[in-house]
Amino acid sequence: MNKLLSVLIILIISSLSNSAFAGDDGKIELNEKNNGYVEVKDCFEKVNRGIFTFNQVLDKIILKPLAKGYRMFPKPIRSGTSNALSNISNVVTIPNNILQAQFKDAGINSARLIINSTLGIAGIFDVASYYGLKKRDKEDYGQTLGVWGAGPGCYFVLPILGPTTVRDSIGSVANIIGGDAWYNVTVVNDTKYFSEADFYASKLLDGIDFRAKNLESFDSLEKNSVDLYASVRSLYLQDRYRKIRNIDKTTETLSDDEWEELDSQ
Amino acid sequence: MKLIRYLIIFLFLTNSLNISFAKDPSALINEIVDEAALVLSSEDPVESKIIKLNAIAERSVDINGIGMYTLGKYRKSIDTEQKSKYQKLFRSYFLKSFSSRLVDYTNPRINVVSQKKINDKYTIVNSVLEATSKRPQVKIDWRIYTKNPDRPLIRDLIVEGLSLARTQKEEFNSIIQNNDGDINALFKTLEEFLIK
Repeated sequence: MNKLLSVLIILIISSLSNSAFAGDDGKIELNEKNNGYVEVKDCFEKVNRGIFTFNQVLDKIILKPLAKGYRMFPKPIRSGTSNALSNISNVVTIPNNILQAQFKDAGINSARLIINSTLGIAGIFDVASYYGLKKRDKEDYGQTLGVWGAGPGCYFVLPILGPTTVRDSIGSVANIIGGDAWYNVTVVNDTKYFSEADFYASKLLDGIDFRAKNLESFDSLEKNSVDLYASVRSLYLQDRYRKIRNIDKTTETLSDDEWEELDSQ
Repeated sequence: MKLIRYLIIFLFLTNSLNISFAKDPSALINEIVDEAALVLSSEDPVESKIIKLNAIAERSVDINGIGMYTLGKYRKSIDTEQKSKYQKLFRSYFLKSFSSRLVDYTNPRINVVSQKKINDKYTIVNSVLEATSKRPQVKIDWRIYTKNPDRPLIRDLIVEGLSLARTQKEEFNSIIQNNDGDINALFKTLEEFLIK
Protein backbone atom coordinates (compact mmCIF):
# COMPACT_ATOMS: atom_id res chain seq x y z
CA MET A 1 0.00 0.00 0.00
CA ASN A 2 2.83 2.36 0.97
CA LYS A 3 4.61 1.46 -2.25
CA LEU A 4 1.52 2.33 -4.27
CA LEU A 5 1.22 5.64 -2.44
CA SER A 6 4.88 6.45 -3.13
CA VAL A 7 4.42 5.69 -6.83
CA LEU A 8 1.34 7.94 -6.94
CA ILE A 9 3.17 10.79 -5.20
CA ILE A 10 6.14 10.46 -7.58
CA LEU A 11 3.77 10.48 -10.56
CA ILE A 12 1.95 13.59 -9.35
CA ILE A 13 5.14 15.48 -8.48
CA SER A 14 6.80 14.57 -11.75
CA SER A 15 3.74 15.53 -13.77
CA LEU A 16 3.77 18.93 -12.08
CA SER A 17 7.41 19.66 -12.70
CA ASN A 18 7.91 22.17 -15.48
CA SER A 19 11.35 21.18 -16.49
CA ALA A 20 11.14 17.48 -17.05
CA PHE A 21 9.13 16.79 -20.12
CA ALA A 22 9.70 17.82 -23.64
CA GLY A 23 8.82 15.82 -26.68
CA ASP A 24 6.08 13.59 -27.87
CA ASP A 25 5.94 11.12 -25.04
CA GLY A 26 6.01 13.63 -22.20
CA LYS A 27 2.99 14.80 -20.31
CA ILE A 28 3.82 18.44 -20.81
CA GLU A 29 5.50 20.11 -23.68
CA LEU A 30 7.14 23.36 -22.74
CA ASN A 31 6.92 25.57 -25.76
CA GLU A 32 9.53 28.18 -25.03
CA LYS A 33 9.07 29.82 -28.40
CA ASN A 34 5.64 31.03 -27.35
CA ASN A 35 6.84 33.16 -24.48
CA GLY A 36 6.86 30.21 -22.08
CA TYR A 37 3.30 29.19 -22.96
CA VAL A 38 2.98 25.64 -21.72
CA GLU A 39 1.16 23.21 -23.95
CA VAL A 40 -0.72 20.83 -21.72
CA LYS A 41 -1.17 17.18 -22.55
CA ASP A 42 -4.72 15.88 -22.60
CA CYS A 43 -3.84 12.51 -21.10
CA PHE A 44 -7.26 10.86 -21.11
CA GLU A 45 -8.86 12.60 -24.03
CA LYS A 46 -11.39 9.90 -24.92
CA VAL A 47 -12.67 9.69 -21.33
CA ASN A 48 -12.58 13.48 -21.03
CA ARG A 49 -14.66 13.88 -24.17
CA GLY A 50 -17.24 11.48 -22.71
CA ILE A 51 -17.44 13.43 -19.44
CA PHE A 52 -17.59 16.69 -21.39
CA THR A 53 -20.61 15.42 -23.33
CA PHE A 54 -22.24 14.38 -20.04
CA ASN A 55 -21.60 17.87 -18.61
CA GLN A 56 -23.06 19.42 -21.76
CA VAL A 57 -26.27 17.47 -21.23
CA LEU A 58 -26.42 18.60 -17.58
CA ASP A 59 -25.83 22.15 -18.72
CA LYS A 60 -28.66 21.97 -21.23
CA ILE A 61 -31.22 20.49 -18.88
CA ILE A 62 -30.25 22.17 -15.59
CA LEU A 63 -27.72 25.00 -15.59
CA LYS A 64 -28.72 26.85 -18.75
CA PRO A 65 -32.46 26.99 -17.90
CA LEU A 66 -31.56 28.14 -14.36
CA ALA A 67 -29.25 30.81 -15.79
CA LYS A 68 -31.99 31.99 -18.16
CA GLY A 69 -34.41 32.21 -15.23
CA TYR A 70 -31.84 34.07 -13.16
CA ARG A 71 -31.44 36.58 -16.00
CA MET A 72 -35.09 37.53 -15.58
CA PHE A 73 -34.45 39.00 -12.14
CA PRO A 74 -33.92 42.78 -12.09
CA LYS A 75 -30.32 43.89 -12.52
CA PRO A 76 -29.91 45.19 -8.92
CA ILE A 77 -30.75 41.73 -7.58
CA ARG A 78 -28.25 40.06 -9.91
CA SER A 79 -25.56 42.62 -9.12
CA GLY A 80 -26.15 42.21 -5.38
CA THR A 81 -25.90 38.43 -5.66
CA SER A 82 -22.74 38.70 -7.74
CA ASN A 83 -21.21 41.15 -5.25
CA ALA A 84 -22.04 38.93 -2.26
CA LEU A 85 -20.49 35.86 -3.95
CA SER A 86 -17.42 37.84 -4.93
CA ASN A 87 -17.13 39.06 -1.33
CA ILE A 88 -17.16 35.48 0.00
CA SER A 89 -14.45 34.49 -2.49
CA ASN A 90 -12.08 36.95 -0.76
CA VAL A 91 -11.55 34.41 2.02
CA VAL A 92 -9.70 32.24 -0.52
CA THR A 93 -8.13 35.12 -2.44
CA ILE A 94 -6.53 36.79 0.61
CA PRO A 95 -4.43 33.78 1.79
CA ASN A 96 -3.39 33.23 -1.82
CA ASN A 97 -2.39 36.90 -2.18
CA ILE A 98 -0.11 36.35 0.81
CA LEU A 99 1.26 33.04 -0.52
CA GLN A 100 2.06 34.80 -3.81
CA ALA A 101 3.69 37.72 -1.96
CA GLN A 102 1.01 40.14 -3.20
CA PHE A 103 0.88 41.94 0.14
CA LYS A 104 -0.69 45.13 -1.16
CA ASP A 105 -3.52 43.16 -2.79
CA ALA A 106 -3.93 41.13 0.42
CA GLY A 107 -4.37 44.37 2.37
CA ILE A 108 -6.85 45.84 -0.12
CA ASN A 109 -8.87 42.62 -0.32
CA SER A 110 -8.97 42.36 3.49
CA ALA A 111 -10.21 45.93 3.77
CA ARG A 112 -12.79 45.23 1.04
CA LEU A 113 -13.96 42.09 2.86
CA ILE A 114 -14.42 43.94 6.16
CA ILE A 115 -16.10 47.02 4.67
CA ASN A 116 -18.39 45.13 2.28
CA SER A 117 -19.37 42.49 4.86
CA THR A 118 -20.45 45.20 7.32
CA LEU A 119 -21.35 48.47 5.60
CA GLY A 120 -22.13 46.63 2.39
CA ILE A 121 -24.58 44.29 4.18
CA ALA A 122 -23.03 40.83 3.70
CA GLY A 123 -21.30 42.02 0.55
CA ILE A 124 -24.47 42.86 -1.38
CA PHE A 125 -23.25 46.42 -1.96
CA ASP A 126 -19.71 47.14 -3.06
CA VAL A 127 -19.18 50.06 -0.68
CA ALA A 128 -15.40 49.54 -0.71
CA SER A 129 -15.18 50.56 -4.37
CA TYR A 130 -16.88 53.82 -3.41
CA TYR A 131 -13.98 54.42 -1.00
CA GLY A 132 -11.45 53.83 -3.77
CA LEU A 133 -10.69 50.19 -2.93
CA LYS A 134 -11.24 48.76 -6.38
CA LYS A 135 -11.99 45.08 -6.96
CA ARG A 136 -8.92 42.89 -7.54
CA ASP A 137 -8.58 39.64 -9.50
CA LYS A 138 -9.53 36.44 -7.70
CA GLU A 139 -6.72 34.08 -6.68
CA ASP A 140 -6.86 30.39 -5.77
CA TYR A 141 -4.50 27.64 -4.60
CA GLY A 142 -4.06 26.28 -8.14
CA GLN A 143 -2.80 29.69 -9.22
CA THR A 144 -0.49 29.86 -6.23
CA LEU A 145 1.01 26.46 -7.11
CA GLY A 146 1.51 27.79 -10.65
CA VAL A 147 3.20 30.95 -9.38
CA TRP A 148 5.49 28.76 -7.26
CA GLY A 149 6.60 26.99 -10.43
CA ALA A 150 4.41 23.88 -10.54
CA GLY A 151 3.45 22.89 -14.08
CA PRO A 152 -0.19 22.14 -14.87
CA GLY A 153 0.16 18.37 -15.29
CA CYS A 154 -2.47 16.61 -17.35
CA TYR A 155 -5.64 18.34 -18.45
CA PHE A 156 -8.84 16.54 -17.60
CA VAL A 157 -12.58 17.09 -17.23
CA LEU A 158 -14.46 16.38 -14.01
CA PRO A 159 -18.13 15.43 -13.96
CA ILE A 160 -20.25 18.51 -13.07
CA LEU A 161 -17.19 20.61 -12.13
CA GLY A 162 -15.77 20.78 -15.67
CA PRO A 163 -12.25 21.41 -17.00
CA THR A 164 -9.22 21.29 -14.73
CA THR A 165 -5.61 20.17 -14.54
CA VAL A 166 -3.76 18.04 -11.99
CA ARG A 167 -2.34 21.21 -10.42
CA ASP A 168 -5.70 22.99 -10.25
CA SER A 169 -7.36 19.91 -8.72
CA ILE A 170 -4.70 19.77 -6.00
CA GLY A 171 -5.39 23.47 -5.46
CA SER A 172 -9.09 22.70 -5.03
CA VAL A 173 -8.27 20.00 -2.47
CA ALA A 174 -6.49 22.71 -0.42
CA ASN A 175 -9.87 24.42 -0.07
CA ILE A 176 -11.42 21.45 1.70
CA ILE A 177 -8.50 20.75 4.00
CA GLY A 178 -8.66 24.12 5.70
CA GLY A 179 -7.77 26.64 2.99
CA ASP A 180 -11.27 28.03 2.53
CA ALA A 181 -12.69 29.82 5.59
CA TRP A 182 -16.19 29.82 4.08
CA TYR A 183 -16.05 26.00 3.72
CA ASN A 184 -14.73 25.75 7.28
CA VAL A 185 -17.57 27.72 8.86
CA THR A 186 -20.30 26.09 6.81
CA VAL A 187 -19.31 22.47 6.24
CA VAL A 188 -16.50 21.60 8.67
CA ASN A 189 -17.56 23.45 11.82
CA ASP A 190 -21.02 23.10 13.18
CA THR A 191 -21.93 26.73 13.83
CA LYS A 192 -25.38 27.99 14.63
CA TYR A 193 -25.12 30.73 12.01
CA PHE A 194 -24.36 28.70 8.91
CA SER A 195 -25.13 25.24 7.63
CA GLU A 196 -23.66 22.98 4.96
CA ALA A 197 -26.50 23.98 2.66
CA ASP A 198 -25.23 27.58 2.65
CA PHE A 199 -21.93 26.47 1.15
CA TYR A 200 -23.48 24.38 -1.60
CA ALA A 201 -26.10 27.04 -2.33
CA SER A 202 -23.35 29.64 -2.72
CA LYS A 203 -21.43 27.37 -5.13
CA LEU A 204 -24.55 26.67 -7.17
CA LEU A 205 -25.41 30.37 -7.31
CA ASP A 206 -21.85 31.14 -8.34
CA GLY A 207 -22.21 28.71 -11.27
CA ILE A 208 -25.59 30.13 -12.28
CA ASP A 209 -24.29 33.70 -12.05
CA PHE A 210 -21.29 32.88 -14.26
CA ARG A 211 -23.45 31.00 -16.76
CA ALA A 212 -25.98 33.85 -16.91
CA LYS A 213 -23.25 36.37 -17.67
CA ASN A 214 -22.03 34.20 -20.54
CA LEU A 215 -25.24 32.88 -22.10
CA GLU A 216 -24.69 34.52 -25.51
CA SER A 217 -20.95 33.80 -25.66
CA PHE A 218 -21.52 30.11 -24.91
CA ASP A 219 -24.26 29.90 -27.53
CA SER A 220 -22.02 31.57 -30.10
CA LEU A 221 -19.11 29.28 -29.24
CA GLU A 222 -21.33 26.23 -29.54
CA LYS A 223 -22.78 27.39 -32.85
CA ASN A 224 -19.46 28.24 -34.49
CA SER A 225 -17.13 25.56 -33.17
CA VAL A 226 -16.06 22.65 -35.30
CA ASP A 227 -14.71 20.89 -32.19
CA LEU A 228 -16.35 22.39 -29.10
CA TYR A 229 -14.39 20.19 -26.70
CA ALA A 230 -11.06 21.47 -28.09
CA SER A 231 -12.28 25.08 -27.98
CA VAL A 232 -13.30 24.85 -24.32
CA ARG A 233 -9.99 23.16 -23.46
CA SER A 234 -8.06 25.92 -25.21
CA LEU A 235 -10.05 28.70 -23.53
CA TYR A 236 -9.68 27.13 -20.08
CA LEU A 237 -5.92 26.68 -20.43
CA GLN A 238 -5.40 30.19 -21.84
CA ASP A 239 -7.40 31.64 -18.97
CA ARG A 240 -5.44 29.73 -16.32
CA TYR A 241 -2.13 30.69 -17.95
CA ARG A 242 -3.11 34.36 -17.90
CA LYS A 243 -4.26 34.22 -14.29
CA ILE A 244 -1.18 32.41 -13.06
CA ARG A 245 1.12 34.87 -14.76
CA ASN A 246 -1.09 37.65 -13.38
CA ILE A 247 -1.01 39.14 -16.83
CA ASP A 248 -3.00 42.27 -17.27
CA LYS A 249 -1.42 43.59 -20.39
CA THR A 250 -2.60 41.96 -23.56
CA THR A 251 0.71 42.45 -25.29
CA GLU A 252 2.31 40.05 -22.83
CA THR A 253 -0.50 37.52 -23.14
CA LEU A 254 -0.17 37.52 -26.85
CA SER A 255 3.50 37.21 -27.36
CA ASP A 256 3.40 34.38 -29.84
CA ASP A 257 6.26 33.65 -32.19
CA GLU A 258 4.02 31.75 -34.58
CA TRP A 259 2.71 35.08 -35.80
CA GLU A 260 6.28 36.18 -36.49
CA GLU A 261 7.03 32.91 -38.31
CA LEU A 262 4.18 33.42 -40.76
CA ASP A 263 6.00 36.12 -42.71
CA SER A 264 9.16 34.15 -43.12
CA GLN A 265 7.39 31.32 -44.94
CA MET B 1 -12.69 63.69 -75.95
CA LYS B 2 -12.74 59.92 -76.09
CA LEU B 3 -9.44 59.84 -74.23
CA ILE B 4 -10.78 62.07 -71.46
CA ARG B 5 -13.83 59.83 -71.12
CA TYR B 6 -11.61 56.74 -70.80
CA LEU B 7 -9.48 58.58 -68.28
CA ILE B 8 -12.50 59.49 -66.18
CA ILE B 9 -13.81 55.91 -66.32
CA PHE B 10 -10.35 54.59 -65.41
CA LEU B 11 -10.02 57.01 -62.49
CA PHE B 12 -13.51 56.17 -61.26
CA LEU B 13 -12.86 52.43 -61.44
CA THR B 14 -9.48 52.52 -59.72
CA ASN B 15 -10.90 54.78 -57.06
CA SER B 16 -13.90 52.58 -56.39
CA LEU B 17 -11.83 49.40 -56.26
CA ASN B 18 -9.42 50.89 -53.79
CA ILE B 19 -11.86 51.51 -50.97
CA SER B 20 -9.77 50.93 -47.91
CA PHE B 21 -9.84 51.72 -44.24
CA ALA B 22 -7.73 54.08 -42.18
CA LYS B 23 -3.97 53.66 -41.86
CA ASP B 24 -3.80 54.17 -38.13
CA PRO B 25 -4.68 50.95 -36.22
CA SER B 26 -6.98 52.70 -33.72
CA ALA B 27 -8.68 54.64 -36.49
CA LEU B 28 -9.13 51.38 -38.42
CA ILE B 29 -10.94 49.79 -35.47
CA ASN B 30 -13.07 52.88 -34.92
CA GLU B 31 -14.05 52.88 -38.58
CA ILE B 32 -14.99 49.23 -38.84
CA VAL B 33 -16.83 49.30 -35.53
CA ASP B 34 -18.88 52.28 -36.70
CA GLU B 35 -19.53 50.68 -40.06
CA ALA B 36 -20.54 47.36 -38.49
CA ALA B 37 -22.77 49.15 -35.97
CA LEU B 38 -24.57 50.89 -38.82
CA VAL B 39 -25.18 47.58 -40.56
CA LEU B 40 -26.31 45.82 -37.39
CA SER B 41 -28.70 48.55 -36.29
CA SER B 42 -30.28 48.85 -39.73
CA GLU B 43 -33.64 47.40 -40.68
CA ASP B 44 -32.04 45.32 -43.43
CA PRO B 45 -32.91 41.62 -43.67
CA VAL B 46 -30.39 39.26 -42.04
CA GLU B 47 -29.04 38.07 -45.42
CA SER B 48 -28.26 41.62 -46.47
CA LYS B 49 -26.58 42.33 -43.12
CA ILE B 50 -24.41 39.23 -43.56
CA ILE B 51 -23.29 40.34 -47.04
CA LYS B 52 -22.34 43.79 -45.73
CA LEU B 53 -20.53 42.41 -42.68
CA ASN B 54 -18.58 40.01 -44.87
CA ALA B 55 -17.54 42.90 -47.11
CA ILE B 56 -16.16 44.72 -44.05
CA ALA B 57 -14.26 41.60 -42.99
CA GLU B 58 -12.81 41.03 -46.47
CA ARG B 59 -11.34 44.53 -46.43
CA SER B 60 -10.13 44.74 -42.85
CA VAL B 61 -9.10 41.22 -41.81
CA ASP B 62 -6.05 39.26 -42.99
CA ILE B 63 -8.07 36.08 -43.57
CA ASN B 64 -5.24 34.24 -45.34
CA GLY B 65 -2.79 35.12 -42.57
CA ILE B 66 -5.15 33.89 -39.86
CA GLY B 67 -5.82 30.75 -41.90
CA MET B 68 -2.15 29.89 -42.07
CA TYR B 69 -1.64 30.65 -38.36
CA THR B 70 -4.53 28.39 -37.37
CA LEU B 71 -2.91 25.44 -39.18
CA GLY B 72 -0.11 25.52 -36.60
CA LYS B 73 2.60 22.90 -37.11
CA TYR B 74 0.67 21.35 -40.02
CA ARG B 75 1.30 24.52 -42.03
CA LYS B 76 4.75 23.21 -42.86
CA SER B 77 3.68 19.78 -44.04
CA ILE B 78 0.94 20.54 -46.57
CA ASP B 79 1.57 20.74 -50.33
CA THR B 80 0.58 23.61 -52.63
CA GLU B 81 -2.66 21.98 -53.74
CA GLN B 82 -3.75 21.32 -50.15
CA LYS B 83 -2.76 24.84 -49.19
CA SER B 84 -4.89 26.33 -51.93
CA LYS B 85 -7.87 24.13 -51.01
CA TYR B 86 -7.44 25.01 -47.33
CA GLN B 87 -7.31 28.75 -47.99
CA LYS B 88 -10.54 28.63 -49.98
CA LEU B 89 -12.29 26.57 -47.31
CA PHE B 90 -10.95 28.68 -44.48
CA ARG B 91 -12.09 31.91 -46.12
CA SER B 92 -15.66 30.60 -46.41
CA TYR B 93 -15.55 29.17 -42.89
CA PHE B 94 -14.20 32.40 -41.44
CA LEU B 95 -16.78 34.62 -43.12
CA LYS B 96 -19.64 32.33 -42.15
CA SER B 97 -18.66 32.15 -38.50
CA PHE B 98 -17.70 35.85 -38.38
CA SER B 99 -21.08 37.10 -39.59
CA SER B 100 -22.94 34.48 -37.59
CA ARG B 101 -21.24 35.67 -34.38
CA LEU B 102 -21.99 39.32 -35.10
CA VAL B 103 -25.45 39.23 -36.58
CA ASP B 104 -27.10 38.52 -33.20
CA TYR B 105 -25.90 41.83 -31.79
CA THR B 106 -28.26 44.72 -32.51
CA ASN B 107 -26.13 47.67 -31.55
CA PRO B 108 -22.77 46.76 -30.00
CA ARG B 109 -20.97 49.79 -28.59
CA ILE B 110 -17.22 49.43 -28.70
CA ASN B 111 -14.89 52.18 -27.54
CA VAL B 112 -11.20 52.24 -28.40
CA VAL B 113 -9.20 52.93 -25.24
CA SER B 114 -5.54 52.82 -26.26
CA GLN B 115 -3.03 51.18 -28.58
CA LYS B 116 0.47 49.78 -28.16
CA LYS B 117 2.97 49.10 -30.90
CA ILE B 118 4.70 45.74 -30.26
CA ASN B 119 7.06 45.94 -33.23
CA ASP B 120 7.01 47.11 -36.85
CA LYS B 121 4.63 44.31 -37.76
CA TYR B 122 2.14 44.39 -34.90
CA THR B 123 0.14 46.89 -32.91
CA ILE B 124 -2.41 45.98 -30.26
CA VAL B 125 -5.51 48.15 -30.05
CA ASN B 126 -7.33 47.98 -26.71
CA SER B 127 -11.08 48.51 -26.62
CA VAL B 128 -14.13 47.78 -24.49
CA LEU B 129 -17.52 46.47 -25.46
CA GLU B 130 -19.89 48.43 -23.24
CA ALA B 131 -22.02 46.60 -20.69
CA THR B 132 -25.71 45.99 -21.31
CA SER B 133 -28.44 44.91 -18.89
CA LYS B 134 -27.71 41.32 -19.92
CA ARG B 135 -23.92 41.12 -19.70
CA PRO B 136 -21.03 42.97 -18.07
CA GLN B 137 -18.45 45.09 -19.91
CA VAL B 138 -16.11 43.03 -22.10
CA LYS B 139 -12.47 43.90 -22.81
CA ILE B 140 -11.60 43.32 -26.46
CA ASP B 141 -8.10 43.74 -27.89
CA TRP B 142 -7.23 43.62 -31.58
CA ARG B 143 -3.94 42.40 -33.01
CA ILE B 144 -3.29 44.58 -36.04
CA TYR B 145 -0.79 43.51 -38.68
CA THR B 146 1.04 46.64 -39.79
CA LYS B 147 3.76 45.26 -42.06
CA ASN B 148 2.22 47.31 -44.85
CA PRO B 149 1.61 50.57 -42.96
CA ASP B 150 -0.69 51.77 -45.72
CA ARG B 151 -3.03 48.84 -45.23
CA PRO B 152 -3.24 47.63 -41.61
CA LEU B 153 -5.18 44.38 -41.19
CA ILE B 154 -6.74 42.59 -38.23
CA ARG B 155 -5.14 39.27 -37.35
CA ASP B 156 -6.62 38.38 -33.98
CA LEU B 157 -9.30 39.33 -31.48
CA ILE B 158 -8.52 38.87 -27.82
CA VAL B 159 -11.63 38.77 -25.67
CA GLU B 160 -10.86 39.19 -21.95
CA GLY B 161 -7.34 37.96 -22.59
CA LEU B 162 -8.42 34.92 -24.61
CA SER B 163 -7.14 34.80 -28.16
CA LEU B 164 -9.69 33.68 -30.73
CA ALA B 165 -6.97 32.81 -33.24
CA ARG B 166 -5.16 30.61 -30.74
CA THR B 167 -8.43 28.90 -29.80
CA GLN B 168 -9.15 28.30 -33.49
CA LYS B 169 -5.64 26.94 -34.03
CA GLU B 170 -5.99 24.49 -31.15
CA GLU B 171 -9.40 23.42 -32.40
CA PHE B 172 -8.13 22.70 -35.94
CA ASN B 173 -5.01 20.98 -34.63
CA SER B 174 -7.12 18.75 -32.42
CA ILE B 175 -9.16 17.62 -35.44
CA ILE B 176 -6.05 16.85 -37.51
CA GLN B 177 -4.26 15.16 -34.60
CA ASN B 178 -7.24 12.94 -33.78
CA ASN B 179 -7.24 11.77 -37.40
CA ASP B 180 -3.61 10.66 -37.47
CA GLY B 181 -2.35 13.93 -38.91
CA ASP B 182 -4.61 13.75 -41.96
CA ILE B 183 -5.48 17.28 -43.07
CA ASN B 184 -8.34 15.91 -45.21
CA ALA B 185 -10.23 15.35 -41.95
CA LEU B 186 -10.13 19.11 -41.35
CA PHE B 187 -11.27 19.77 -44.92
CA LYS B 188 -14.21 17.42 -44.38
CA THR B 189 -15.15 19.09 -41.07
CA LEU B 190 -15.02 22.55 -42.63
CA GLU B 191 -17.11 21.42 -45.61
CA GLU B 192 -19.69 19.98 -43.23
CA PHE B 193 -19.78 23.24 -41.28
CA LEU B 194 -20.31 25.21 -44.47
CA ILE B 195 -23.32 23.21 -45.62
CA LYS B 196 -24.88 23.25 -42.14
